[in-house]
Amino acid sequence: MPSNPVISVANLAKSYGSTVAVDNVSLEINEGEIFGLIGPNGAGKTTTMECVQGLRRPDGGTISVLGLDPRRDETALRRRIGVQHQEAQLQKRIKVWEAMDLWARLYPQVVDPDELLGLLGLESKRNSRFMSLSGGQKQRLFIALALIHDPEVVFLDELTTGLDPQARRAIWGLVTDIRGRGKTVLLTTHLMEEAERLCDRVAIIEHGRVIEMGTPRELVRKHCPERGVFFTGAGGGISQRLESISGIRSAHTEGEAHTLRGEGDDFVTNVIRFIAQEGIHITGFRTEIPTLEDVFLKLTGHGIRD
Amino acid sequence: MLQGFWKLTWIETKVFMREPMGVIGTLVIPVLLFVVLGRALGTGEVGTVAEQAPFNVPVLAALFIAVSAVISLVTIISIYREGGILKRLRATPLSPVTILGAHVIVKLAFTMAGLALLVVAGRRVFPGAMDADLPSFAAALLLSTLSILSMGFVLASLVPTARFAQPLAAALLYPMIAISGLFFPVEALSAPLRVVALALPTTHAVTLMEGVWDGAGWNGVSALALVVFFAACTALSTRVFRWE
Repeated sequence: MPSNPVISVANLAKSYGSTVAVDNVSLEINEGEIFGLIGPNGAGKTTTMECVQGLRRPDGGTISVLGLDPRRDETALRRRIGVQHQEAQLQKRIKVWEAMDLWARLYPQVVDPDELLGLLGLESKRNSRFMSLSGGQKQRLFIALALIHDPEVVFLDELTTGLDPQARRAIWGLVTDIRGRGKTVLLTTHLMEEAERLCDRVAIIEHGRVIEMGTPRELVRKHCPERGVFFTGAGGGISQRLESISGIRSAHTEGEAHTLRGEGDDFVTNVIRFIAQEGIHITGFRTEIPTLEDVFLKLTGHGIRD
Repeated sequence: MLQGFWKLTWIETKVFMREPMGVIGTLVIPVLLFVVLGRALGTGEVGTVAEQAPFNVPVLAALFIAVSAVISLVTIISIYREGGILKRLRATPLSPVTILGAHVIVKLAFTMAGLALLVVAGRRVFPGAMDADLPSFAAALLLSTLSILSMGFVLASLVPTARFAQPLAAALLYPMIAISGLFFPVEALSAPLRVVALALPTTHAVTLMEGVWDGAGWNGVSALALVVFFAACTALSTRVFRWE
């Protein structure tokens, strides 16, 4: 059921001198979804996001957030959006509760700061100085500051960059919770795993352009339908019959090891059914399902970290 | 009303007080300078007035208070910019005037605290030498600091990185004290340098504070020059100030 977009961006353009950062970007983000701008560093994700927040003046195009113009209605918009910036810092010696207290003073309506700190697992850090927090704790504090006024739209820019895997997973849980409370989330990330786990829809951005958009599943299905199945097992003379599996593209047998490649969501199931029918005794089984990372590689011709 | 102004001012005050070097620089060093120079240049005896000093030691100490406030402001603003703190604050409903205004208030408050310490120390070490019109002197120092602070915002916009902020601000401000007319009259400078000196707020700050300290009263021209300088620099900084 298509609802009114919470954020709509049309033909956004932004250059810094002769460098084109954002080139004709159009997006529509719906209420209650987590939308990811994904792409390598320098692709224009942050610039796009900061134009949407009203922090940067676009060279061209139109932006509407909650029906407001981010530049013209800056003050009204600030009260309804929550932001977290990439690699942001606070005053080194500010205490966690002081930051919460200050932010709480800035908005007409706020949620209980202590409750929020509790939700984010920071209650024991109330009296700690910002500089003494770990990377994950700092990011959780920034999430708390972004949520203190119960905003309708939350912007998260490279939220988990530089965090260890454990802290990253904890933050993912928190982001899903934000959506659970009915908020719309626009995030940027260069981690494909993060985008795949969190985002309802993603836009792949490269050189300031949106090169593809959709749900992670759709994109994988569209661009990387290949599936790989590798199994080892005793069962004489099956190599010829492998070709009969529906969806198969190639099969390679070396002794008892079989490498099958095929297409379609049902391919793996078909292989399993085949194995059952043939009564093969399996000693090893592994699948290779493409991810968003493969989609990115295919569309751009290079890895995200290049 | 400027939402969050006093809250931010109070938090910035606390944050500043947690930085030992900053507090020592703005509060302790000017007082030490005053006491040590006052005794070395005076007759050297405890309790005597530093009248023989070749220049007005209290005014130098006061000017030092003002200048350290400015250097501290430039450093803090550049650190805040580099760390994205200014950007993060600006993404809230805080207005830019509130953010920068809070820092000015903190600096002025510490300037007054520095002057108070100076007076307390002066009364102990040089009794009888501190009979100037102190409320007027405090007002003169406030106006001087404010005027030099406005230059700090322009300076803070030009500093490329936080690492350069402190040395660059010091390298600019200390020579300004040297030619401010405190150590030798501005007339003794070469003509071009005299023009520079007269265009600088430090020179007028010295003239103003010397007049008040010596009991000659307020120098209207210098006070006006400081106000004009403040207005010009504030206007300029709204144009050149960079948040990130």
